[in-house]
Amino acid sequence: MALGFITIYWRDMIRFVRFKTLLVSSLLQPALWLAFFGIAMSSSFDTLMAGMPVLPGVPNVGYLTFMGAGIIAMTTLFTSLFGGIVILFDKNWGLMREILASPMNRNHIIFGIGLSGVTKSFIQAIIIMVFGILIGAAFFSGFTPLEILIGVAGILAFVGMFALGFLFLSAAIAISMESPEGLQGVTTLLTMPIFFASNALYPTDAFPEFLKILSMYNPMTLLITGIRYFAIGPDFIALGKHYQYTQSDILVSYLGLAFFSALMFGLAWWRFKKAVVT
Amino acid sequence: MPEPRLNNREIIISVENLEHSYGDFKAVDGISFTVKKGEIFSFLGPNGAGKSTAINILITLLAKQKGSASVAGYDVTKDPQKVRESIGIVFQDITLDRDMTVWEILEFHGRLYNMPREERKNRIDELLRLVQLEAKKDERTKNLSGGMKRRLEIARGLMTRPKVLFLDEPTIGLDPQTRMRMWEYIKGVNKEGTTIFLTTHYMDEADQLSDRISIIDQGKIIISGTSWELKNTLGQDLIYLETNDNEAAIRLLKNVPSVRDIKIKTKGFVVMVNEDGTKVLPHIIDTLRNEGIDSSTINLKKPSMDDVFVFYTGKEIRDEPAGKPFHPVMRPGGR
Repeated sequence: MALGFITIYWRDMIRFVRFKTLLVSSLLQPALWLAFFGIAMSSSFDTLMAGMPVLPGVPNVGYLTFMGAGIIAMTTLFTSLFGGIVILFDKNWGLMREILASPMNRNHIIFGIGLSGVTKSFIQAIIIMVFGILIGAAFFSGFTPLEILIGVAGILAFVGMFALGFLFLSAAIAISMESPEGLQGVTTLLTMPIFFASNALYPTDAFPEFLKILSMYNPMTLLITGIRYFAIGPDFIALGKHYQYTQSDILVSYLGLAFFSALMFGLAWWRFKKAVVT
Repeated sequence: MPEPRLNNREIIISVENLEHSYGDFKAVDGISFTVKKGEIFSFLGPNGAGKSTAINILITLLAKQKGSASVAGYDVTKDPQKVRESIGIVFQDITLDRDMTVWEILEFHGRLYNMPREERKNRIDELLRLVQLEAKKDERTKNLSGGMKRRLEIARGLMTRPKVLFLDEPTIGLDPQTRMRMWEYIKGVNKEGTTIFLTTHYMDEADQLSDRISIIDQGKIIISGTSWELKNTLGQDLIYLETNDNEAAIRLLKNVPSVRDIKIKTKGFVVMVNEDGTKVLPHIIDTLRNEGIDSSTINLKKPSMDDVFVFYTGKEIRDEPAGKPFHPVMRPGGR
């Protein structure tokens, strides 16, 4: 039964590719964010920042590049937090009963949904990177082909771990809820603080103390730190702020995400164990 | 007693003093019964009688609260995993993913139960032939008719060659012809050796299909037996009479030896007789006429399952509009 989650994954992927509207919209949405919000914001920010002093030898990246990492993270957050909704639909349509009455361990449902969510996030992240580069984001600029490869792998590793955490959370909420509206409400409530109390769109240095601490432990910030490290580099200036990441910073961020995902898995495991669906 | 063919078989489902409450409401109130290997056993009762709750406990979807229950030799609480491996289920509502194909539904199920690839393939071909859905193999289930969906669900329930197949209201919402064809499928499956546990609120379904029936109402088993035994408890025949003095007539007839019992109806009464009704009836008419009682309406019939049900529960099962229909209330483009 060790591969039961592959079965869940297989089914979810069938649905993903079969729902053409969902497929297209989920692929188009991040690109649109980048195209409209990104270009609009970066043109005004870059004008504002034009006069800022630069450090010799340190690359100064434009706002599009800076927030491109944030858009990858944001898309992953939205997709993942919403990813558990399939469980809710299965539950409401009675389809979950077939699965719960089967000998398969319930953890496989959690892992299967997690894996399919991660796959979707990978596809989206790659689309944003490609599209970002097309419209002028300086991802991987000055990287050797090997470094680009490592960069992409690193970004996906961060995106994957982050996505898992929020998919587990979403699955835990979904199995405990009765209606899709409830899940929608909770996820909307969660996305606000997670997204805005992070370094997705702006540096967090000027935050008030409370918000600063919140953002420091925010999985979103950990993810974005990782993406920027792998997409831009360990040393750059953006929005007039000098960013420097060491390898141990990145390792700590990743471990933070891993810890968060493990915690969320525990939550989902508990909720699924308790779940009664008849 | 007749129908001895199952008497010596081993017991495959055993339930003792099973109780289940939702808050203050006792859905299942201390039921006990056994099902023998190879038989078709029915729970017959109105909606809300506790049939689905009982079935949900047996299929391990609902935790047992009180009493004991075992399926295929495994305790539902101690060995749920083993129980799950031994059973197949057809749920009350259609539980098919609308956007998966017929083949995918079965393949998914086989994978859930960890069937090896080769076995899955053979079994799917075999079952599609059995339920005559070979031509629909690559059709999405939303394009199937109600009867086809039910057949597909039966095929799915049989996918893993279960020892017991649970059917929760298998023909709910189907038209009469489709229902009868479903019965043929169910009988066929049973002939191949699968024990069948069925819940239904259709009298004719329980009557036609089952080796044994338990009538269940308000969480309790009222009476169990073969269809023949149950009907026989009402006597051999039922005679319905309307007279100009019902009370006096009933008093008189109670003393007639072949009269088993009398049930009062709105305008008349039903006399249950232990002998052939056609022989007893002239005697009854004479007895009444001798006392100056005239009968205005006379009707003679064999007891039906409806009569049995009405007799033991004191109410009729009204055929409600298909229980809880399958309404995909929300189906947004994305999910």
